[in-house]
Amino acid sequence: MLQIELWKKVAIWLVVVAGLLLALPNAFYNRVETYNDSVAATGEGEGWPSFLPSNLVNLGLDLRGGAHLLAEVRVQDVYATRMQSMWPEIRDRLRDARAEVGTIRLQDSSDPSVLQIRIGEAGGVDRAVQLIEELARPVTSLTGAGATDITVSAQGDVITVQLSEAEKLATDDRTVRQSLEIIRRRIDEVGTREPTIQRQGTDRILIQVPGVGSAAELKDIIGTTAQLTFQPVISRTSSADTAPGAGNEVLPSLDEQGVYYVLETAPVVSGEELVDAQPSFDQNGRPAVSFRFNTSGARKFGDYTANNIGNPFAIVLDGEVISAPVIQSHIPGGSGIITGNFSVEESTNLAVLLRAGALPAGLDFLEERTIGPELGADSIEAGKIATTVAFIAVLVFMVASYGLFGIFANIALMANVVLIFGLLSLLGATLTLPGIAGIVLTIGMAVDANVLVFERIREELKTAKGPARAIQLGYEKALSAIIDANITTFITAVILYAVGSGPVRGFAITLGLGILTSVFTAIYLTRLLIVIWFQRRRPKTLEV
Amino acid sequence: MRLKLIPDDTKFDFFKASKIWLGISAFLIVLALVSVSIRGLNFGIDFRGGTTIRTESAQPVDIAGYRDAVAALDLGDVTITEIFDPTFRPDQNVAMIRIQAQDDTEAVSQDLINAVEGALQAAVPDIKFVSVESVGPKVSGELIKTAAIAVVLAIAAVLVYIWLRFEWQFAVGAVVALIHDVALTIGIFSEVGIRFDLAIIAALLTIVGYSLNDTVVVFDRVRENLRKYKQMPLKDVLNLSINETLSRTLMTSGTTLIALIALLVLGGDVIRGFVFAMTWGVIVGTYSSIFVASALLLRLGVKRDWTKSGPKNTGNKFADIDA
Repeated sequence: MLQIELWKKVAIWLVVVAGLLLALPNAFYNRVETYNDSVAATGEGEGWPSFLPSNLVNLGLDLRGGAHLLAEVRVQDVYATRMQSMWPEIRDRLRDARAEVGTIRLQDSSDPSVLQIRIGEAGGVDRAVQLIEELARPVTSLTGAGATDITVSAQGDVITVQLSEAEKLATDDRTVRQSLEIIRRRIDEVGTREPTIQRQGTDRILIQVPGVGSAAELKDIIGTTAQLTFQPVISRTSSADTAPGAGNEVLPSLDEQGVYYVLETAPVVSGEELVDAQPSFDQNGRPAVSFRFNTSGARKFGDYTANNIGNPFAIVLDGEVISAPVIQSHIPGGSGIITGNFSVEESTNLAVLLRAGALPAGLDFLEERTIGPELGADSIEAGKIATTVAFIAVLVFMVASYGLFGIFANIALMANVVLIFGLLSLLGATLTLPGIAGIVLTIGMAVDANVLVFERIREELKTAKGPARAIQLGYEKALSAIIDANITTFITAVILYAVGSGPVRGFAITLGLGILTSVFTAIYLTRLLIVIWFQRRRPKTLEV
Repeated sequence: MRLKLIPDDTKFDFFKASKIWLGISAFLIVLALVSVSIRGLNFGIDFRGGTTIRTESAQPVDIAGYRDAVAALDLGDVTITEIFDPTFRPDQNVAMIRIQAQDDTEAVSQDLINAVEGALQAAVPDIKFVSVESVGPKVSGELIKTAAIAVVLAIAAVLVYIWLRFEWQFAVGAVVALIHDVALTIGIFSEVGIRFDLAIIAALLTIVGYSLNDTVVVFDRVRENLRKYKQMPLKDVLNLSINETLSRTLMTSGTTLIALIALLVLGGDVIRGFVFAMTWGVIVGTYSSIFVASALLLRLGVKRDWTKSGPKNTGNKFADIDA
């Protein structure tokens, strides 16, 4: 009557053994971590047998310490750059049709992502709009198929040109993806372990780096745009209000207070053409950054230096002049050195930023969290003690209530915890502090399915014919309650996972996995243990 | 000798005073709502924006000294509390400093954090900043919204599930019990003034899951007994079902509470609010599945014929005879 097919028995034991093997590395956390690091670095490692699984449960930031940043990409920045770079093209095109449109003048606009152009001949406005529209290109995105990248409208003699909505969407997506890539490169350059860099929503990026001292340090690396340009210097002034004149701009000096430079806006070369940047030292032994251009950059730089010997040029980083040296001689090789008032750390950071490339747009930080490693260690310690105490208390309680069957349930409970850790390791899921609470809660609730069955067996013993029948009926009749009760809890775990973030999500994972494993251990493992015991002993009466 | 929480065969009448219990529950819900509307909730930075800094020092925490140190920075509302916990070492003095969101900054200002840390460092040389968390007002607004959506979604999802598996009367009973549990939990947070943050939302949803678990087990037995005893009055079926599952209800609540209390006492202060919410929820949830969900089910009544359904069966027997 109480038969479990052989293949089922084998499958149940296999699952338990697999869980045990997968969970095993976590018992030797530090050793396996070192092993994994050396495998990642050299392809082989010591201190852990290579035939065993070496996946570990990721510890969340709240347990390990580290920095968490949520950044929003200022996607609008790119609109302005795009439109400004279009202006020369539009100007040249209208100039060719001067006879029809008259004079062309760019109006000052409060919004830099909108070009407003006033033309001399109001009658030629339709022709001008047509000419500008011919510059439009199709949008390169799936959703924007058929649309063009700019919209042109006219009011009187003023023509307004701006990016179309479809192009803005496509640009936003591109900008965020580029930013993500550059952030990833910058963080990889610094070489921290297992950073999480994810896109969230349309224009946000989540960055989590375990181990970095603080969110502030992380922001130093990813917060700067690192737009490097080399621009010709017109003059040096002491006032920010100096009128720069057409095609020029006034930028402050990075470390000299009250010093401003008037520069040509169009750069000679920009950071995009750098192929390498390394921290180094100048002739006087001060920290500096040496760099090398690609071929086209090197040619432009070489030509410019050859033609402008004796003139100063400015090295500009994110709108501030780092230095403005005078060109001493023709620099043909395309390599050079940036000096300034750097510390060694700053020059190292700058080199990293230049190598990884500039961010296409600025970042706003919406959320930042720094958790010290001590706090994490304290939390782990407290969590361990609490879990152990909870575990032992539940074990004792179960044996006191159900005797031998309580012991079966306890074996299943231990297998349950092992399975949770095995699954967490297998999935590479993250264990957070609320996640530990989730495990403790699961320990409490995992006995529920067993309790349901045991109570049912007790009831059936009063009426049924013999212990074997009671056990069988107990399992059959308790099943619907077990399934309904666990599915409803599982639904909430899924919703938590979908809606929550960070630690809450970690909790949802352990709760959800805990439900799966506890149902498995209660329905299959405990039953298997009871059946094996029953077939050996063949008791005439049953005491549950 | 086995440990038995209750005798084997109980015959408690759970509905003798069901009006009183329902009345008490309704009163407590109203009380919770009043408390939330008057006292409000002690929202953490997740929901309100702002910065919290957790400090540790070997010196005893001198709150007035800390306050003087940061007062010069003119940051608006600054709350400084000392934290006590049995898991702390003797030379571990912990304080939590909370700074309100600075109105105009959407993003989090590094300068602000540096200024506060600098001022505190000057006042207490050995101070360590073990965690610094900042949330901008933009994100915190969204977090409130998603949290509310999560709770509503969870309740709606189980409403549908129970409706499908049982009958609508069961679903209503279960969901009212859930709302009862959530309301009372939020109420106690408002009354005691424990910090209400994102983790508490997770706790609320767990309570929803747990309370439901309990209710469903009782309902499952009710469904079974309704089929078994077709003539028994609904009140007796409910009483029988609750009595039959009582031992299981108490065992499960007992083990869960044992685990949670271990965590509450030993798990450290970082998750204490979270664990407190769950402990409270387990107690309230166990109560509500009997005294709210089942009591409501009794009042709503229930379709008695579980064997066959469909319009065929609703016809009277004369029609059957004629055919």
